[in-house]
Amino acid sequence: MLEIALHHRHTGFTLDIDLKAPAGVTALFGPSGAGKTTVVNAVAGLLRPERGRIAVNGEVLLDTEAGIFLPPHKRRVGYVFQDARLFPHLSVKSNLLYGRRFSKSGSDQDVTRIVEMLGLGALLDRRPASLSGGEKSRVALGRAILSNPRMLLMDEPLAALDAARKSEILPYFERLRDEVKLPILYVSHAPAEVARLATTVALIEGGQLRGIGPAREILSDPSLAPALGMREAGAVISGRVVAQEADGLARIETAGGAVLLPYPSGQPGQPLRLRIHAGDVTLAVDRPEGLSALNILPVVIEQIRPAEGPSVYLRLALGDDHLLARLTTRSVAALGLTEGMACHAIIKAMSVASEDVG
Amino acid sequence: MSWLSPSDWQAVLLSLKVAGWATALSLPPGVFIAYALARWQFPGRAVVNGLVHLPLILPPVVTGYLLLIGFAPNGVIGAALAKLGITLAFTWRGAALAAAVMAFPLMVRAIRLAIEAVDPKLEQAASTLGASRLWVFGTITLPLIVPGILAGAITAFAKAMGEFGATITFVSNIPGQTQTLPLAIYSQLQVPGGEASAARLAAVSVTLALGALLVSEWLARRIAARIAGGRG
Repeated sequence: MLEIALHHRHTGFTLDIDLKAPAGVTALFGPSGAGKTTVVNAVAGLLRPERGRIAVNGEVLLDTEAGIFLPPHKRRVGYVFQDARLFPHLSVKSNLLYGRRFSKSGSDQDVTRIVEMLGLGALLDRRPASLSGGEKSRVALGRAILSNPRMLLMDEPLAALDAARKSEILPYFERLRDEVKLPILYVSHAPAEVARLATTVALIEGGQLRGIGPAREILSDPSLAPALGMREAGAVISGRVVAQEADGLARIETAGGAVLLPYPSGQPGQPLRLRIHAGDVTLAVDRPEGLSALNILPVVIEQIRPAEGPSVYLRLALGDDHLLARLTTRSVAALGLTEGMACHAIIKAMSVASEDVG
Repeated sequence: MSWLSPSDWQAVLLSLKVAGWATALSLPPGVFIAYALARWQFPGRAVVNGLVHLPLILPPVVTGYLLLIGFAPNGVIGAALAKLGITLAFTWRGAALAAAVMAFPLMVRAIRLAIEAVDPKLEQAASTLGASRLWVFGTITLPLIVPGILAGAITAFAKAMGEFGATITFVSNIPGQTQTLPLAIYSQLQVPGGEASAARLAAVSVTLALGALLVSEWLARRIAARIAGGRG
């Protein structure tokens, strides 16, 4: 359980946030300049807010009213910075072990396990200057975990990496989430990362909390979608690989039926999260015939909310999951779409990028 | 160096002793003040900065005069030190103090530049890993500024070797006691037939200064390479 209540003014910007998040990965999500990093720095103790209270699993790190301000080195929060911040004069091994002398518990087995989990064995004697961007990220992650923290803070740890490096690192983060079981506060403005990693999403815009809840609910909420921007809005649904087809497509079972998507690395039985961009969903009142799109799913329109310009967002119930679609106001009027109406959602297999599946 | 007369030799050794002590004793406060000026915002920061730099801009004879007022046996600080049995005026210790005061601004400048070049984000990262301020300084800041400290120490040493005005004003020019290399050169030039001795001492002076500079450059480059270095 993570409790964060903050009020802080900083050169014309006011941050005013009050949120409680359950265990797991909490993503602070929102556009650049929304105040996400300010929140994380306040949790780490690198910033002293005007007013606020921060507690992790009941332990108070900050309470301005009670006059409590734990200095950063007593907070035991592992911070993974966007720019890695490895110590240039120390070897990878010394970097990894830096925090251990300050924490009482933790065994050599942990070190072996984390080094193996992050694939760092061959790097231990190297200096940070000779590492690639992806390797630096992994060392920074290992260093934070090995300091035996009560929680992890990650401030856009992947933002400095190109797409190839990101897809190289993301699986490590997923393993971390599933194996290390620490509460994680994850800052990102990339929906693909949030969709794949987050248990809880807190949407922050202009220093305010716009919404908080399970990832699948927040990302499919049409009233929050405008804050994500029209290119990024899109819901997350869960699925499970059923089979690999001979032509390279994967058959994936979702709450609304099977879909076919290009996901060559999927193993049958593997659970997945799929992110479907709102702009990639087409609606049809009757089940269409003679269409090239492979995926036609029965859905029920739950909500229709106005979006930017001549368009609306629609939240579609797909079994017990949700899709988000973005259509023109004109199409909605022409088809006579209303809330509660059953219709068909059409998703081109090729519109789902591989970074949106995982 | 048998071509140096015993009294020349004495001046060289005295200079090395004075400059060595001046440098060694001013290093800890030098690092502390450089750190404070580089990293902390505190009331009176400008005053501290001004005081540190004062010897750089004052005529050395004025610095020597102020030291004499403060540290003479009847001076404010001198009287207190006299009770402890420490005499500074007209002793080699006084010469070391004068050299240290004159060299201090150069040392602080070099170390401060090195500290300012250390990314505070690294220090923040260390603190989130559980390191207290002192640990952060000892394990992150200090190792990263070693080249700067070395540069500051060598510059200060060279400056201390060459100090003249404040020394002669504060501790006078007593052979074997306070007559350092520059003072000896000056004295030789005052007596007929002393030019040859002055030239030899000047040569020693140039050699020591150049040697110190070369050694410091070499060490700084080695350490910088080790800090930023690739493997190993």
